Amino acid sequence: MEECLVEYFRTQMRTDPDMASAVAAIRTLLEFLRRDKGETILGLRESLKWATDCLTEVDSSVAVSSGGELFLRFISLTSLEHQDLSRCKKVMEERGELFLEKISLSRTKVAKLCHTFIKDGAKILTHSSSRVVLRVLEKAAAEKKRFTVYVTESQPDTAGKQMADALRRLNVPVTVVLDAAVGYVLEKVDLVIVGAEGVVESGGIINKIGTYQMAVCSKAHNKPFYVVAESFKFVRLYPLNQQDVPDRFKYKADTLRTVSDLSDEHPMIDYTPPSLITLLFTDLGVLTPSAVSDELIKLYL
Amino acid sequence: MADCGEPDGPGNKDDITRSKNEGKELTKEEKQRLRKQKKHQKKQKERKNEKGPSETEKDKTPVSLLPPPQPVATQKAPSALPAPASAPIPVPASAPFHSSPAPSPADKPAKSKAELKAERRARQETDRAAKQPGSSSSGIKTKVPLSELNPVVKRLPEHVQVDDPAVVKRLAKKLERQQIPLRSDYGYKVSLFSHLHQYSRKAPLTQLLSIPSTVIHPSIVRLGLQYSQGIVAGSNARSVALLHAFKQVIRDYTTPPNEELSRDLVNKLKPYISFLNQCRPLSASMGNAIKYIKKEISNIPSQCKEEEAKTKLLTCIDRYIEEKIVLAAKAISKYAIEKISDGDVILVYGYSSLVNNILCEAFEKSRKFRVIVVDSRPRLEGREALRRLVQRGISCTYVLISALSYILPEVSKVFLGAHALLANGYVMSRVGTSQIALVARTYNVPVLVCCETYKFCERVQTDSFVSNELDDPDDLMVTRKGKTQLENWQDVSSLGLLNLVYDVTPPDFVDLVITDLGMIPCTSVPVVLRVKNLDQ
Repeated sequence: MEECLVEYFRTQMRTDPDMASAVAAIRTLLEFLRRDKGETILGLRESLKWATDCLTEVDSSVAVSSGGELFLRFISLTSLEHQDLSRCKKVMEERGELFLEKISLSRTKVAKLCHTFIKDGAKILTHSSSRVVLRVLEKAAAEKKRFTVYVTESQPDTAGKQMADALRRLNVPVTVVLDAAVGYVLEKVDLVIVGAEGVVESGGIINKIGTYQMAVCSKAHNKPFYVVAESFKFVRLYPLNQQDVPDRFKYKADTLRTVSDLSDEHPMIDYTPPSLITLLFTDLGVLTPSAVSDELIKLYL
Repeated sequence: MADCGEPDGPGNKDDITRSKNEGKELTKEEKQRLRKQKKHQKKQKERKNEKGPSETEKDKTPVSLLPPPQPVATQKAPSALPAPASAPIPVPASAPFHSSPAPSPADKPAKSKAELKAERRARQETDRAAKQPGSSSSGIKTKVPLSELNPVVKRLPEHVQVDDPAVVKRLAKKLERQQIPLRSDYGYKVSLFSHLHQYSRKAPLTQLLSIPSTVIHPSIVRLGLQYSQGIVAGSNARSVALLHAFKQVIRDYTTPPNEELSRDLVNKLKPYISFLNQCRPLSASMGNAIKYIKKEISNIPSQCKEEEAKTKLLTCIDRYIEEKIVLAAKAISKYAIEKISDGDVILVYGYSSLVNNILCEAFEKSRKFRVIVVDSRPRLEGREALRRLVQRGISCTYVLISALSYILPEVSKVFLGAHALLANGYVMSRVGTSQIALVARTYNVPVLVCCETYKFCERVQTDSFVSNELDDPDDLMVTRKGKTQLENWQDVSSLGLLNLVYDVTPPDFVDLVITDLGMIPCTSVPVVLRVKNLDQ
């Protein structure tokens, strides 16, 4: 059962590399719901939770777990008072498909909101490789804006180089800089845009390691620090500092499985507190960090 | 303006004053008579003074009356809560009533005139309703929302306007009507805080009460004494004690004939609340509890039998205590324990029942941590916290607040309790809390505030001066080696002792607020208030 699930998930990721891992996870969960042969709604919920946990073990990003939880909430947020279980399941499946539809449009919505903040002649700094940021920059380029981009190399997986290649294909002048050169390059840039793997309750974000540094430097230089994220990345965590982020998000899934002593391992993500973020662009609108909690309460309660 | 036509004979007055002195509660008729006498006297005085201005009012041809204020006023008038306007308000209303201008075509669309007219109409309606039997008013000054066009004019509460003699006079009159003694201020007040009351603990209000006093229920008298002497202290303790006292009041209550329980009981509670306010200013949590009780009482249907209504109210109060205080504490502990990790050094300030609860629960769940208790004079509440934590076996350190910057580099988290959370995200708590939050921020130590949702209040405050509490200044005197240095501080004319009770902490210094609804950032307090209002 578990292998089937994981295999489906991996196929989804492979067929569409542009898709967010959370979206692939939600597709998998929907398929799981379709194939599930449970007898009760409570049992259904339990098995969906178990499926989400399985997927988190495969891909330990925050978005997968938050996406899964939001999916579960969304489909159960309707009246399930039908007598027949199959009818209930049908209702839930329809809601699930509606949810998928909404989130597939979310990147376009975000891009539409954000590209107006990129003025002609702007110099943008971004971190590592984010598909949402790429979509935003595509939209801005399509609007015939001229801008240059600096991308950090983002060790240890040098994901920044992929971002640079993608941008070169769009004919956008791009420079890859070292992670250590962020402070050096910040005086040249006008704004900083990063993606997020998760948006937490305080309004802060969890993103690839190196984001926190960039945020602190841009605050010191008084440059605006923008975050673009879809709404399914909102997660019910409230870290107080870097140590407070749970271990299951910090390291890659295979590292968590194989290595017993994590103190030698280097975490893949860090936490940026809300005081360093200027604005968040989401499909729910343009939010200040303090408004994120408001939206979260609406989403989760 | 119908008078009973009774002349103000000396006989009547003597009767009334005699019964007052005996501590007997004035009957409704006597109260009404008193009110009418005062009104009549005032009217005569005002008519002489305002002959001039009332004529100029006649000249201003008012705009035609707008229909909305009328039904609004009539709707508001019969409802007991907010009780109909007291004696002074009808007086200015009576003058223009006599001038009775006819609605003339609107030559000037000046909204203010329409509003004035609407105001006057509203006042007259409430006045008329006040005269009807079955609505006995105990003369509380109400903030009657005048019309839908006017935004509700919020007047400052009386306890922050002590330096304004008019307000003090009004308060004195109101207390006289309710037969509650007025507590006098004590000692020299520092000029920045001269707008607040400052009482001495050696002169409790109960000494001025006549015995036996049938106006105030004995359990309320006891409660008031416990508050003013500091025997019952702490936000939760005070609210719970208040609710228990009110339960006793409800148990002993019998509806007088021709009265409705839902209206009369609320009016009975008003002098008690004034009395408790005089003993010690009400806290935000107590205010919310009182609002809840009043709402529950006024929602009792009139067909309900008395016994049934009383049991219903008692269960409501029990449920409130259970839900908002006891269960909320459990929920908050659950969230807070997630934030306590092994090896933590936690700093607490003073004695907060909620924070103590959390630490004890965390210790039961075998988290390894140690606690630093910070304390300050003159209350030295931290000693109580220290005693309770050490009893459980938690390893503690005790410092005074002056050693704060010395000890903070060791600290990993700060847990603070709150007296109230204001609508703009500011945290009102024991004096010294904002200092701790400020220093913790500079050392990058996370500050967590724990607060139940029933302490959230709609007030907005940006500094600690505007509304605070001044405790007995004599508490600051300390005797060391047989010498009390400040013994004769009253004789020194340029010396003032200031014993503040509360201060406000801005939301930038607070990282997280743990409530029974979950963990929220400090700026989300208005969201919770909104959600709560939707629930109710």
